[in-house]
Amino acid sequence: MTLFYHFCFYLFGLVAVASACVFVTRKSPVAAALWLVNVLFCIAALFVLLDAQFIGAIQVLVYAGAIMVVFLFVIMLLNLGEPARIADARGTLWYIGAGGLAIVVLAAMMVRLPHPLPIETFRIAADSLVTEARATGAVAPVAVPLFTEYLLAFEVTSVLLLAAVVGAVVLGRKRNESDAGPASQPGTAGTGTAAHAR
Amino acid sequence: MLADALFFSAVLFAIGVVGVLTRRNAIIIFMSVELMLNAVNLTFVAFAQVYGYAGQVFVVFVMTVAAAEAAVGLAIIISIFRHRHTVNLTDINLLKG
Amino acid sequence: MSGGSVHQALSVAVSQAVPLPGSPAAVAPTFDLHIPSQLTLALGPDIVLFVGTTVLMLWAAWRPDSREHQSNVGRASLALVFVTMAAVVGYDLAHVTAGPGVIAVDAFRWASDLIFLAASAGTIALSIDYNAREGILAAESHVMVLFATSGMMLLAAGRDLMIIFLGIELMSVAVYILAGFNRRSARSAEGALKYFLLGAFSTGFLLYGIALIYGATGSTNLTVIGDRIHLYSLAGTPLVTVGVALILVGFAFKIAAVPFHMWAPDVYEGAPTPITGFMAAAVKAAAFAAFLRVWLEAFGDVVYQWHDAMWFLAILTMLAGNVVALVQRNIKRMLAYSSIAQAGYVLVGVVAGTTLGASAFLFFLAAYTLATLGAFAVIVALGDAGETQLDIGDYAGLWTTRPWLAAAMTACMLSLLGFPIFGGIGFLAKWYMLQAALEASYFGDAKPQVELAVMIVVTSVISAGYYLRLVTIMFMRPVRADGGAAGNAAPRAGHLTQWVVGVSVALLLALGLAPAYLVSWTAKSAPVIANRPTYLLPSSAIPPR
Repeated sequence: MTLFYHFCFYLFGLVAVASACVFVTRKSPVAAALWLVNVLFCIAALFVLLDAQFIGAIQVLVYAGAIMVVFLFVIMLLNLGEPARIADARGTLWYIGAGGLAIVVLAAMMVRLPHPLPIETFRIAADSLVTEARATGAVAPVAVPLFTEYLLAFEVTSVLLLAAVVGAVVLGRKRNESDAGPASQPGTAGTGTAAHAR
Repeated sequence: MLADALFFSAVLFAIGVVGVLTRRNAIIIFMSVELMLNAVNLTFVAFAQVYGYAGQVFVVFVMTVAAAEAAVGLAIIISIFRHRHTVNLTDINLLKG
Repeated sequence: MSGGSVHQALSVAVSQAVPLPGSPAAVAPTFDLHIPSQLTLALGPDIVLFVGTTVLMLWAAWRPDSREHQSNVGRASLALVFVTMAAVVGYDLAHVTAGPGVIAVDAFRWASDLIFLAASAGTIALSIDYNAREGILAAESHVMVLFATSGMMLLAAGRDLMIIFLGIELMSVAVYILAGFNRRSARSAEGALKYFLLGAFSTGFLLYGIALIYGATGSTNLTVIGDRIHLYSLAGTPLVTVGVALILVGFAFKIAAVPFHMWAPDVYEGAPTPITGFMAAAVKAAAFAAFLRVWLEAFGDVVYQWHDAMWFLAILTMLAGNVVALVQRNIKRMLAYSSIAQAGYVLVGVVAGTTLGASAFLFFLAAYTLATLGAFAVIVALGDAGETQLDIGDYAGLWTTRPWLAAAMTACMLSLLGFPIFGGIGFLAKWYMLQAALEASYFGDAKPQVELAVMIVVTSVISAGYYLRLVTIMFMRPVRADGGAAGNAAPRAGHLTQWVVGVSVALLLALGLAPAYLVSWTAKSAPVIANRPTYLLPSSAIPPR
């Protein structure tokens, strides 16, 4: 481990934490989303530093690239950028409570930091990830367990995506007002709908 | 580096939790949840250095789940915006308990 | 039937329990789950359900939305659920077993599957009538119920934390959508949003817990985790402790145990009524089934340390659920709090941690599912379009206008209360829970949970306050001037709704009079690992890389 490696690791780690802090305190959803993208990029860099090159690449492509773009797209679509609507933080009590919770979580983590070492028996050799990646490329070592040992889980994710796509389409498509209305008494349909025709 | 990675991951997770608990904008809450999931991914990748590539495979699953949740969650947010013209949870209060 | 003879039947059944996999008595086919074709066979019923769901999904999208199409897809979904049930029963009767692997093939899985499938059959049948009345024409509603059921079956089967996580997600994603399925209702959308945000939040906790457990043990397989925690005395190490705590929080959200229950009443009130029934019955049962398996198989050594936390969780859930239910006016909210309270009773079975506790757990879930389904079916049957009459007072005088529905609702309420005879198996379910609590032990170390048993009785008395109030209102009060739900001139409930009401109440009462079959079934299906060290199996499922 060179000094440069450590420097990069802490740099990206600290930038990620700092950006995350900025992210949760932004009032504008657009600014928050962009700071979150910054966090995701830093995490991708950490992935690469932890010998997960392929995962780092998907992190950039899928997370920062696709998922966050969908978020931004929805923010733009709903036109949520107006300052009047975004003063949204809760009371002081919530901040204290949440801060307390965060401190508890951190304390718990700190307690285990001196001895985080898991069972030695199952440890792999120190640089075997690198060796394997050098021998077969960065993708194959991830792909092999994905399609052998975790085949069932992989298939389940495909079902999950299918269900999510069907559901999102059903929920998101425009309401066809011609078929609207319960079988009788259309005026009473959903107490909320009528009240929000504003 | 395992300890440091776990530390950063714990801090990021805690920040995500704080975001969920303190914010009232549904989209920002959802983004905080995404931050939590990313923190977990960092943990998995850190442990992958110890136990082998399986940890990285889990990250692929988590990302898939995050993508599925994003699709559904944003559809739900759009659907409530059509009714209430806001995504602020303080204004969304038809159901009170 | 008295409690004593029930217990005798139970102990006989326990002694005939399924042998441990690998023991000489197992002659039935044993699947080697590392071979894909055998894994596929072991997943038979799940695959039947999933393939059928995909076909129905295509069919649902093939034609434009219309009342007939919605109803046809619903009926086909119902048929699919019954076919899957037949497959499950077939696998159960064949006594198939499996070696170590990502899924479990045991009686507990089949028993849980049957509970979920019964609940989803009821939900689909109710949805067909309900959607027609509310003008929800998208046939995908039934497909999403089927997707959710696939997730539940996976949860009951999963013996790997990753599979369980994905199963929870598949179930939850489908249920998030179902909660918001009535797109004309702002309440439905609001409930869906709350459910989604808190569900995703709890997923984060669950996942972090899984990551830490993976870090502590190097595996996500429940058996391997159990082995390693035992062999290397990992119980109590910081990683395991924090991991178990986070997993516990994640599951507590899903089963709506008390400090983590705040989403439940809002979501239950906002969601379409059949879906509320589905969430209260099947979703909760599925989360419980996965929870029990994780708890007993992976954390057999850790459970001991977590006894106090679980104990408080159970007590709080029983108390808060029942007390808050007393002041509810909306019937769906009242049943929401009631279902929270019932989750507390189920937790007692988990705290007990014995084979008796585990079979009481299954028995209770079966009784609870039937009663919940019946109650929500009555609400659907009495609802008008738009569901404006959900106040408890709207049910005044129901006995005079619709005696059969009033009687059915009464049976369900009495069953949830745990009343003998008229409450059917509800009484026996609570009886078992009491017995499980009194005979609880940890690794042969007898520790009767007298406080829990007392709490079951005390909170049941409290719950009489709201269960019996509804009964009194239905029977004693006159029909209100504006009619309410009782005087509703709306068309009679659809045939399917009537069937759901009839079948669930008939099963409740019939099984209450002749419980022996259900008793032996749940006893046989209790996971054999309960109260037994699970580290007997060789720990070579996942070799070190």
